[in-house]
Amino acid sequence: MKSLAELSELRLKSRDKVNLREDKADTGSRRDVLICGGTGCLSSNSEKLKERLEAKVAELGLSDDINIIMTGCFGLCAEGPIVVVHPDGAMYSKVSLKDIEEIAEEHLKNGKVVESKLIGVDSESYDENCQKTEHTADFFSNQKRVALRNCGRINPENIEEYIAFDGYQALGKVLTEMTPEEVIQTVKDSGLRGRGGAGFPTGQKWSFAAASPGPVKYVACNADEGDPGAFMDRSILEGDPHSVIEAMAIAGYAIGANQGYIYVRAEYPTAVKRLNIAIEQANEYGLLGDNIFGTDFSFNVELRLGAGAFVCGEETALMNSIEGKRGEPRPRPPFPALKGIFDKPSMLNNVETYANICQIILKGADWFANMGTEKSKGTKVFAVGGKINNTGLVEIEMGTTLRDVIYNIGGGVPNGKKFKAAQTGGPSGGCIPASHIDTPMTYDDLSALGSMMGSGGLIVMDEDNCMVDIAKFFLEFTVDESCGKCPPCRIGTKRMLEILNKITRGSGELEDIDKLEVLAKNIKASALCGLGQTAPNPILSTLRYFRDEYIAHVVDKKCPAGVCKNLIQIKINPDICKSCGICSKVCPAGCITGEKKVPYQISQAECLKCGACIEKCPFKAIYKDV
Amino acid sequence: MSMVNITIDGKAVQVPAGTTVLEAAKKAGIDIPTLCYLKDVNEIGACRMCLVEIKGARALQAACVYPVAEGNEILTTSPAVKEARKVNLELLLSNHKKECLTCVRNKKCELQTLSEELNIKDLRFEGETCELPIDDSSVSIVKDHQKCILCRRCVAACKNIQKIGVIDAINRGFDTSIGPAFGQNLADVACVNCGQCVIACPVGALTEKNVVDDVWAAIADPEKVVLVQTAPAVRAAIGESFDMPIGTAATSQMVGAMLRLGFDKVFDTDTGADLTILEEGTELINRINNGGKLPLITSCSPGWIKYCEHYYPEFLDNLSSCKSPHEMFGAILKTYYAEKESIDPKKIVTVSVMPCTAKKFEAARPEMANGDLQDVDYVLTTRELAQMIKEARIDFNQCEGEFEDPFGPASGAGVIFGATGGVMEAALRTVADVLTGKDIQEIEYTAVRGVEGVKEASVDLGNGTVIKAAVAHGLGNARELLEKIKAGEADYHFVEIMACPGGCVNGGGQPIQPASVKNWIDLRTERAKALYDEDKRLPIRKSHKNLVVMDKIYGEYLGEPGGEKAHHLLHTTYTKRERF
Repeated sequence: MKSLAELSELRLKSRDKVNLREDKADTGSRRDVLICGGTGCLSSNSEKLKERLEAKVAELGLSDDINIIMTGCFGLCAEGPIVVVHPDGAMYSKVSLKDIEEIAEEHLKNGKVVESKLIGVDSESYDENCQKTEHTADFFSNQKRVALRNCGRINPENIEEYIAFDGYQALGKVLTEMTPEEVIQTVKDSGLRGRGGAGFPTGQKWSFAAASPGPVKYVACNADEGDPGAFMDRSILEGDPHSVIEAMAIAGYAIGANQGYIYVRAEYPTAVKRLNIAIEQANEYGLLGDNIFGTDFSFNVELRLGAGAFVCGEETALMNSIEGKRGEPRPRPPFPALKGIFDKPSMLNNVETYANICQIILKGADWFANMGTEKSKGTKVFAVGGKINNTGLVEIEMGTTLRDVIYNIGGGVPNGKKFKAAQTGGPSGGCIPASHIDTPMTYDDLSALGSMMGSGGLIVMDEDNCMVDIAKFFLEFTVDESCGKCPPCRIGTKRMLEILNKITRGSGELEDIDKLEVLAKNIKASALCGLGQTAPNPILSTLRYFRDEYIAHVVDKKCPAGVCKNLIQIKINPDICKSCGICSKVCPAGCITGEKKVPYQISQAECLKCGACIEKCPFKAIYKDV
Repeated sequence: MSMVNITIDGKAVQVPAGTTVLEAAKKAGIDIPTLCYLKDVNEIGACRMCLVEIKGARALQAACVYPVAEGNEILTTSPAVKEARKVNLELLLSNHKKECLTCVRNKKCELQTLSEELNIKDLRFEGETCELPIDDSSVSIVKDHQKCILCRRCVAACKNIQKIGVIDAINRGFDTSIGPAFGQNLADVACVNCGQCVIACPVGALTEKNVVDDVWAAIADPEKVVLVQTAPAVRAAIGESFDMPIGTAATSQMVGAMLRLGFDKVFDTDTGADLTILEEGTELINRINNGGKLPLITSCSPGWIKYCEHYYPEFLDNLSSCKSPHEMFGAILKTYYAEKESIDPKKIVTVSVMPCTAKKFEAARPEMANGDLQDVDYVLTTRELAQMIKEARIDFNQCEGEFEDPFGPASGAGVIFGATGGVMEAALRTVADVLTGKDIQEIEYTAVRGVEGVKEASVDLGNGTVIKAAVAHGLGNARELLEKIKAGEADYHFVEIMACPGGCVNGGGQPIQPASVKNWIDLRTERAKALYDEDKRLPIRKSHKNLVVMDKIYGEYLGEPGGEKAHHLLHTTYTKRERF
């Protein structure tokens, strides 16, 4: 790409190919069919859907009119595989191979939307009256998509589609109209804070790296997303890889670096594949490489694949790993801005942080700063999971309340259960109890509650979740993922987990809770890196809000939520039991016995507490005694 | 460098910017406990023992790696700091095999000392412990994972100083352990047995393979004649095991104590060193005169030899074919001495007391034998000798003794073998005399002394011959020098390489000083001083002036240096070994 004008020309040309997706043009029989190619839908066979549709379209003789595209994630993963037909904006959910043929014949050929497959029709989570189109379902209408703007809109493997939606315009603008200082000032003015977890002001980070002396500097992208259940970054990389690459080039220009590394997990094969394609295409179009837009700025991007260690999301461990060393954190200072990758000044941002940059450059710092709250600007992507109807990926304006996310976007808690708590920030975060459901989702509000924004994992829990068990779950994760360098994390987290195991087994003592607190406090204060320092958070926050549950386990030897198997008994109510014997047949341990007309009994010593009998009892005579 | 003003525990201190909190505190007379920190070797802030509170910092910081900045207000003994250190130490202790009473490091263990200093009275935490088995596959070094506290000092010594890196952290989290890749044993990998890991270890996780009981058994056996020799570096350090100041030459006490242990004869390896100089000097002169392979590289250090075999086999032809001094001497004891004293060589047990763990491997090499008699039967480290002396309840400080006849004390040239540059200097003293035919009086080659990593010297013999020499100590420095030679950037005649930094005085078999000493005192320099002082005191300071060697060993038995008999007994061969 020799000039910005050349890019604009290509943009105009490419625009025609995607205009159906803007839902404006009167296009006769032309249709764009977008099939979700995010990892979630791919694992539900969306690739096969595409093949079948292509065959069917050819068979129907519609190939000239129908453009079939595999996009990134639409976000509503619970309803996948998702297929969207434009310009009608019809969003089909849970599409099967049979459905896709029907959609081809009815919708694509005859122009009739297949009402029965539209999202919401077979899902209880949708209001009867909701308009069954992409743009009006609550799930989407309450979101604000900035980082995810192109996910589910473009073909991530085609750079021209990215260019059609203003791709690389920001880089062009930066290189031809702005000084590095102006770029950094714009990022500063936008108020953007790091989306990877800690929320450090991005512009400030850029200015540190820019101020660092040295002819060789590096820009890096942290795509080592590791929180259990989090897939924000993966979705951005799968759905819009160029937005990250372009932003890295902008960052390179701003700080004076010519080389970028994307550190991405090898467990994200689709993201890796699309990133490779994107880098190759960007090089081919001259949007990476030497003398971009005819300027004297050159920038290259390389991938580095991580082997799946959570700690490599910590910036210094990530840098060690890029260098081919064991993924372990280094002491800071020196900070990476001074001494990072290969001891050169380096700057690391998270995927989602980068995904905001080009929009900030194009639309201005004010536009971005007008979204969100005073200290948390813009939007944030959350991977919402757990006890919630609309499991998936959502992007909300900062400051949206937890209630809005759970009820207005997430469709509420399934099966009429009561919301108990939400866990944010993954293993480094904490729980927000129901009493704080109106908390605005901002960096500072979440920290004040003892949780954190984290990278954006949001796990919803209902009354059936045991909070001691939840703390144990996250701690098991950190114990597994500790790198082993410093004793507080290596041994301390292990000891905390052993205590939690003791408590959930029913052998805990009150003194154990004190020990947990001593350990948690000291690990937080003395671990070497963020992983260790935040590892006690799930315990501290559950102790803070659900101490009574710990006490119940320790003193009463009871698990109020009925989760901890050692603390519950499964019993048969003799007044209700009709002695049908079904329970005895389903019991895998063979520990339910009885005879006709005499209520059945469970041998507690052998009972596995699997609950199979409860489910099968036609008279609801079997119950968990907590 | 600009100075910054900080306060530590309320005390104002001015230090250069970039100074660590630990060093700044030291300057202010404030002692901060450390465990994983080993100056210039391991500076990773891992163990969290040196935590301090820095006003404004989010968490506690490791003093050993935290560079001070203007205005820092640092607290080193606040309640938060004390509690954090205690908890972290208790956590370490919760996964440590606490068999302190029977541990080789009992009373010399840094973890034990810290427990006492930090007032650990109650072990609050318990749980799963490491269950990995002991790795005693190596001839030289034993690793007990259950005592390892993962401070990584051994890893740093192996990787950063020796630049070998055969051990590192493997697995992660609670399952982390230190060892070779893929769960291999130490004997299976390209470990050179230098033992720098052992002297870096703060606890009893790494030790030499102990043969004290075998030596006791030999001494007790009336059928055996047990001849012991001690390397020069041993006398420079063994006093440390008996509360003598670092750098004390305890030759007389050591010999006296050894005589009392029941060895039949106590000899000085320096006699072997003098032999080495005559053989190696002859080899050098031959190679220079006859266009042989140059540079000639010394072969005294068995750690270096194994390193060369694994990592630089292309230099095997450069190695001197000389056995190391104690091996030469062992061969002489079982031949010349046996003959002279009419002892059946099969009854002779040769014991070498060495500052070295690699010597254990060397002594076991099949090529270090004369027929089916190994030149040296047992190698004791300096530490093992001290252990025997203590076990025999000998008052070391009161002992007196002299190396015994027929060999007696050797030359000062032999004594300085124990310090880096010593072999080179000893060789130059002899070679210069031989090549010029003079008795040169300027014999202190100071250019090859000291702890600089690679030293060079150019000796103009005044007769048109200039000998270019280089000295490297520590295998990291050796690598640097070899690469330079390989690249054709240097054309030395003679190169001395010692595996251990500082040479044998800082060998892997020497008394272990805790980091609290090593971080502030350079053991290499202090111990070397003892040897250079002894050299100065000795009447004979050149190997070829050692009349016992010249008249008796060569005159009565071997014939000419480099002659056939000498070659048979005193020289050896090398084998290329795989790296992986």
